[in-house]
Amino acid sequence: MVPGPVGEEGDAVYRPVSSGAVGELAVEVTGLVKRYPKSPDNAVDGLSFSVRRGEVFGLLGPNGAGKTTTVGVLTTRVLPSAGTARVAGLDVVRDSVAVRGRLGVVPQRVNLDRSLTTRNNLVFHAAYHGLSRADRYARADELLERMGLADKAKVSVDKLSGGQSQRLMIARGLMHRPEVLFLDEPSTGLDPQARLFVHDRVRALRAEGVTVVLTTHDMDEAAKLSDRVGIVDHGRMLALDTPAGLVRSLPGSATLEVSVRPGDGSVQALVDAVGQLSGVARVERLGAGGTGGAGVDGVGGGAAGAGGAGAAGAAPGCSAVAARLRVYVTGEPAALVGPVVSALSALNASVSDLSIGEPSLEDVFIHLTGRDLR
Amino acid sequence: MSAPTVPSGPSGSSGGPADAGGRSSDGVPAGAAGSGAESGALGGRLAVGTVREPESSGALAAPPCGAGRAFLAVLGRDVHVTGKELVAFLAQTLIQPFFFLFIFAKVLGSAGFVSSGYGAIMLPGLIALNAFFGALQAVAFPLVLDFAWTREIEDRLLAPVPIPLVAVEKMLYGALRGLLAALLMVPVGLLVLSGVSWPLAGLAPALLCTALGAVLGGTMGLAIGTLVPARRINVLFAVIFAPLIFTGSVQFPWYALGKERWFQVVCAVNPLTYVSEGVRASLVPSVPHLPLGLCLLVTAVAIAVSAWVGIRGFLRRALD
Repeated sequence: MVPGPVGEEGDAVYRPVSSGAVGELAVEVTGLVKRYPKSPDNAVDGLSFSVRRGEVFGLLGPNGAGKTTTVGVLTTRVLPSAGTARVAGLDVVRDSVAVRGRLGVVPQRVNLDRSLTTRNNLVFHAAYHGLSRADRYARADELLERMGLADKAKVSVDKLSGGQSQRLMIARGLMHRPEVLFLDEPSTGLDPQARLFVHDRVRALRAEGVTVVLTTHDMDEAAKLSDRVGIVDHGRMLALDTPAGLVRSLPGSATLEVSVRPGDGSVQALVDAVGQLSGVARVERLGAGGTGGAGVDGVGGGAAGAGGAGAAGAAPGCSAVAARLRVYVTGEPAALVGPVVSALSALNASVSDLSIGEPSLEDVFIHLTGRDLR
Repeated sequence: MSAPTVPSGPSGSSGGPADAGGRSSDGVPAGAAGSGAESGALGGRLAVGTVREPESSGALAAPPCGAGRAFLAVLGRDVHVTGKELVAFLAQTLIQPFFFLFIFAKVLGSAGFVSSGYGAIMLPGLIALNAFFGALQAVAFPLVLDFAWTREIEDRLLAPVPIPLVAVEKMLYGALRGLLAALLMVPVGLLVLSGVSWPLAGLAPALLCTALGAVLGGTMGLAIGTLVPARRINVLFAVIFAPLIFTGSVQFPWYALGKERWFQVVCAVNPLTYVSEGVRASLVPSVPHLPLGLCLLVTAVAIAVSAWVGIRGFLRRALD
């Protein structure tokens, strides 16, 4: 699922480089800063990254992180306050007109031309981009077919559903055969079918060698589609790697979850014993709700709610009740299964269940951007 | 008048019949060329007005290139949309001025409340008004809505064409629509009023004044459309449109205001006055009027100023 290093070979096979000035990089952002006039903070604050040709690049971040502003700069609609940005080898400020000819945009909000039919939205878009008349119609029909909109060709765009509008905007973005396609929150507000369809289209584009830059706050989407993901918050790049690389980079993020019935000792003794094993970052005792935090506090909280003094008293030492431990490991979690089980057995505790928890991109995301609501 | 125009604003006002638009655009330079000494001076002024738009002049000078083609495609889109809504366009253009003329000149005239020559004075004013307002509305309403809600214009802003050129397209398109609306007013006037006679020599200058009035309407539409926030769109009618319509010397010759000196001064500030007076000077020269040269000069200056304001406003709204 997780794509490997990105498709240079795809480049060479599918998409001849169309301009001599264009190198390996489809997008190049250096020290980008954007401050809106009345805002005290920079919306984008010294962002630097680059996207290779043929790559699917995901910009992941919470709402208001600066993703859309960044895409705005790259698509020439937002003027940067400082720094440079190049798309298809051209400066987005100095060569804005040429840049617009080489990129396609699928915006977050529907901005289809409601005075035109579905097909004419594509045809006129192609005319703006200088496609020949015959090419316009042929390509419009081809893309309508590909996007499953052929039967809607003559319909007013007012009559399209959210998913259909989204597909039409993708088709429009592709009409003039852009070198780089920007997808801003491509599947926000779509039903699962429409979302999967969009994901399929993005993968197909990658196979064709089109560079895709997508912004999203959907972890699954970013992990599924992107060759590399940049996590952005407060206008800064917090991390940038392949989805797998990001997950690996999270310290102590792989976990073992153990259900254990303590023998003679207390649960705390088990926690301490496991915690001393090498390769273990820390051990958490899970409360009833299984929340991360401190397990013991969790139990106490539950007791307060239930009003049972006995429960609170029983928590530390009640050896009859099974406990659940989450072990955060620094290396491969599978390698620690044996040591953990032996350590527990040495204390006469019996392990009833053990599972390996792989961290997700979401863990990385939360680790980097925090839990605060925006 | 206002009520029926608003709804058709968002989509309808961004269009103009294709072929008719094309023809009238040809008419503009022809009229300018044919109108002698004053128009020479005016041509100079106009050029000043256009030069201020940074990227546009260069791009226009080389039409076969990508930007020129994109410009024509964007114009083609507006023309296509108007073609689709031709009936709405004609209704929007003709019904209201028809009633103006019919009630004030015909009904009140034959009832004896208004003197018989009034229709001859009002028709040139209504031609000027149609040119000016037809253009202004065609530009202002869609822009207000586009920038605030629909963002439909974004696809055109992402076309490989300099942004100021998109603004110029809006003005040009509005002007074409205004000119068409004014020309359509002529047969309506001739049908409603009896015994209208215009001097042949006045037709070319009248066409020039009308065309400039349409361009002025387009540029002011751009300025208003980019300056007025969408939630203030209702205010447009009360605060901007009504005063413009009634202080534009449309329904009266400016010199007739001698007894209302303050109002005469107010009217002198409204650029529409110079369009109305210019058309009147050309078509009914016997009525006391402002000198044609002055009318052309002021109109040209007003075009330059509002085009500058409008393009700046457009850039501000189009780019963050």
